[in-house]
Amino acid sequence: MNDLYTRRAVVAGMGVLGLGLLAGCSPARGLEFKYGKNMSNEILGRKFNLKDPQGNPRTLSSFYGSMPMIFFGFTQCPAVCPTTLARAAQIRQLLRGRDRDLFQVVFITLDPERDTPEVLDAYVKAFDPSFTALTGTPEEIAEVAKEFKVFYEKVPAGDTYTISHSSTSYVYDTRGTLRLSLGHSLNAKECAEDLVTLMEIC
Amino acid sequence: MAVSLQPIKRGLAAIALLGLALPALAQTTVSDAWVRASVPHQQSTGAFMTLTASSDSKLVGVESPVAKTVQVHEMTMNGDVMGMREVKAVELPAGKAVTLDPNGLHVMLMGLNQQVKEGEQVPLTLVIEDAKGGKERLPVQAPVRPLTEAGGGHDHMHMKH
Repeated sequence: MNDLYTRRAVVAGMGVLGLGLLAGCSPARGLEFKYGKNMSNEILGRKFNLKDPQGNPRTLSSFYGSMPMIFFGFTQCPAVCPTTLARAAQIRQLLRGRDRDLFQVVFITLDPERDTPEVLDAYVKAFDPSFTALTGTPEEIAEVAKEFKVFYEKVPAGDTYTISHSSTSYVYDTRGTLRLSLGHSLNAKECAEDLVTLMEIC
Repeated sequence: MAVSLQPIKRGLAAIALLGLALPALAQTTVSDAWVRASVPHQQSTGAFMTLTASSDSKLVGVESPVAKTVQVHEMTMNGDVMGMREVKAVELPAGKAVTLDPNGLHVMLMGLNQQVKEGEQVPLTLVIEDAKGGKERLPVQAPVRPLTEAGGGHDHMHMKH
């Protein structure tokens, strides 16, 4: 009896999984974004291996089932980073129901020496408690930046430094395929519109 | 002799009055000043404001007890790359409102001595140089706004003082 239920549960589970897969992205339909760039055919950001502020290892597969929007920055950044994070928080508010649950903001620090896990966590969560941050050793960060073709360099400022860096946000589908890039100049509404386009297909 | 001195004395008095009035003539007004809140142990943040000088002047320095280093930076976008560079002086043309906001020129407070919390006031001293090289020190109390403040200049058009 128990076996039967288990089997049924497995079969039902498989059915749900199957539906899930069917409902997954079908790139054959093409993706037409109004504001952002379709990245489906770009060889970019295919892997990373970093840690969240709690010390858990995170790779792209950690985010399967959600739609991560990844971007790079540092917490000492006065302009682009808070603006991009504030925009991400607005995007999340513009998304409804399941779409909002799927959306996962991931902030990767380019300044692992100064951005301690505690600072990073407090920083991103100040914008939205659902946001997460990733960090690694300076070498690991350099590797990830290379993987994303993200430019960054330290610029001396007084007895300290600031960082010049790329400001583009990258969005993946629920199966970890890079789909969309959103430039810094787009507003939250424009980004949300393109995300909904992606979410309708995926 | 005593009679002829009178107009000179009057003249001197007038010049003295003029001298007193000069700092007021070369006045710079500051509006909408604010500082972005920081999270604990964050080492730097930004200060933003709108400056209007009554005569051609320059902002040549900013001081604050909350940070070890205070600099004026300019954000530049080169393609999708955001860059920062220090600016030694910001031109304040007479009568023209110059905005220091998160998307352009802004004041960087680096090496924060403590967390800057929403609702607090951050004392700033602006050093303004007029066309003749005279320096004026302008104290400003900048309220701290949330970390999440967009501050593009459109969201918070407060009344000018």
